[in-house]
Amino acid sequence: MKKANEQGHLVTDFDLYAPKLVEKEEYFSSGHRACQGCGEALAVRLMTKALGRDAVIACATGCMEIISSNYPFTAWKNPWIHVAFPNAASVGAGVEAGLKTLRRKGRIADRRIKVVSMGGDGGTADIGIQALSGAMERGHDMLYVCFDNEAYMNTGIQRSSQTPFGSSTTTAPAGKVSSGNKRWKKNMPEIMAAHGIPYVATASHSYPLDFMAKVKKAVGIEGPCYIHCYSACTTGWRIPSDSAIKVGRLALETGVFPLYEIENGAYRMTVEPPKKRRPVNDYLKLQGRFRHLTPDQIDIIQERVDEEFEKLLKKIKHS
Amino acid sequence: MSKRIGMEVSIAAAEAVALCRIDVAAVYPITPSTHIAEHLSSIVSDGKLDAEFITVESEHSAMSGIMGASAAGARAFTATGSQGVMYMHEMLPVASAMRLPVVMAIGNRAVSGPLNILNDHGDIMMERDTGWISLFAQNGQEVIDMIIQAFRIAEHKDVMLPVNVNIDGFILTHMVEAMDMPDQDEIDRFLPPFVPYATLHPDRPVSMGTFAGNDIYTEISKSKDAALINAKKTILQIWKEWEKLFGRKYEPIESYRADDAEILLLTMGSMGETAEMAIDALRAKGMSVGLLKFKLWRPFPFDELKKAVKGAKILTVIDRAISYGGPGGPLGIEVRSALYDESSRPAIFNYIIGLGGRDVTPEDFMTILKSSASQAKKKAMKERYVIYGVRES
Repeated sequence: MKKANEQGHLVTDFDLYAPKLVEKEEYFSSGHRACQGCGEALAVRLMTKALGRDAVIACATGCMEIISSNYPFTAWKNPWIHVAFPNAASVGAGVEAGLKTLRRKGRIADRRIKVVSMGGDGGTADIGIQALSGAMERGHDMLYVCFDNEAYMNTGIQRSSQTPFGSSTTTAPAGKVSSGNKRWKKNMPEIMAAHGIPYVATASHSYPLDFMAKVKKAVGIEGPCYIHCYSACTTGWRIPSDSAIKVGRLALETGVFPLYEIENGAYRMTVEPPKKRRPVNDYLKLQGRFRHLTPDQIDIIQERVDEEFEKLLKKIKHS
Repeated sequence: MSKRIGMEVSIAAAEAVALCRIDVAAVYPITPSTHIAEHLSSIVSDGKLDAEFITVESEHSAMSGIMGASAAGARAFTATGSQGVMYMHEMLPVASAMRLPVVMAIGNRAVSGPLNILNDHGDIMMERDTGWISLFAQNGQEVIDMIIQAFRIAEHKDVMLPVNVNIDGFILTHMVEAMDMPDQDEIDRFLPPFVPYATLHPDRPVSMGTFAGNDIYTEISKSKDAALINAKKTILQIWKEWEKLFGRKYEPIESYRADDAEILLLTMGSMGETAEMAIDALRAKGMSVGLLKFKLWRPFPFDELKKAVKGAKILTVIDRAISYGGPGGPLGIEVRSALYDESSRPAIFNYIIGLGGRDVTPEDFMTILKSSASQAKKKAMKERYVIYGVRES
């Protein structure tokens, strides 16, 4: 665990260590059309660096598809396919089955190519959860990465099952009689872990080495893996465009979005939050989507975050 | 050498798929197509076919899965029907736009509202505008032949489009028939390995299924339309080749005792053989009747249709589906439209029959033909179309 902590803290010396630790080659090239300061595009870029050359990517409809593939341009140097919104997992499963057969029959080179499916929180946890559940359950040798920016950002910030409690979105707005979203985030990592797959992890673009280490670990595992990556949306969260990294760090330091992994059922914290976690308000007050919350409502969120964090610690302790 | 066999048509369909040495199948069970999937999976389980058989959690994922496999360079297949085809609907126009040459067998079945598991053509008619090549089989032999032809047509470099083969649910899928099953060597010669235009592989990375704005969407749509229209040329060539190899002739519209007929009946699918009996019976009574059978639904065989109806006075089009709200049966609508610009054309009648598995007998066709003839004498059909055999009490 100590090693992992150091890895997390290495981020402060990123400029010094990055050239040695991070692949120089870009597979998700610049010039794409993401918003200024987009956390998700950064996360995708980090993922492709960790994957390297021998990966095929199946992408759900969403921000990352729209901004990266406006015909006849493409930002992708990895082979890449997009079919529709709900089916990144099943397209990826088909690619995996195809490559496996062709390799077995000697029709393509005899080397392992990792298939990676990716989608936003809507494409993963809502409309795509059936295809994802099926692909994970069937045991395809693939990685699924959910880039979670906590609402349907591509269509204009509508509420999803990953939208946090109290967040204001365009379909669950804060109003005179409503404080925004009334439900807690659906726990996707736990749902994936319940599939009994070999590897589940949470990750964040604000901890790039931790994220990349997790992607590399997943690539090394034969079988289905799932990574749930925190991806700040500066536009949808109404935060300054230079603050994606900062908000991601606060998510960890407040315990709102802990970074952990579940390897063959064993839980492990990969980046330790500070011993005394910061109050959730430090995280919330930075973001326009939470601006309407009253102190009472913030207390409710604090209570829930503490409770969930304790639950996680218990799982880690009993692993 | 082909082997004479007697077996259920679904089993034969699965054997034909195996002869095509597919690489990947992804299937979700739905009546009446399940026997195709079951038998195909047993062929894979017995090691007789080296393929991945993905037991997907939905038809949506079945189509998505074979599209992914095809994009990776694999030959891929699925089978479904009714709600399954409709559940795939979102993906069907994407498959044709991405020019992925997958093949789908459809055990045609009525669509829900109310739930019904028996045959009609309501399912495929809802998908007619998705840009797929669409073939209709009238018997077990045609099912075997068309499935094999489908891969060859789909993967042809001048086509590169998905193909569906329509097999009337139960009436064909569950029928035990005598058929000729080609042998593996014959099919290996007829159907060489799939050579994709581009694949998802790091050695030559490409982006597939990219986003297209208003500057290019029209052009992509035009190219898909042109590709589908142009596919007819290749389909005809491949059917000629098939005839040379196996002695069985395929045409977009097959005719039966139609050359000198004043009254023509037009059917699709398994109704064709039933209708032959009606034609024989009426000919025996001296009525000048003949039969046309649509085998190629998409691309639509305009020239063949115009030629086939030349000289006829009455054309009675039989549909096994409804376009609700007035237009009638899809085949009737399209045949009317195709013949509209002809300076001389037969009087067109449209009957909708056999919905939700209602039996269609030779007597039904005889009644319909006689009724068409008497209405034509009065110079008018009262209604644009008739839903035939509706019980009034």
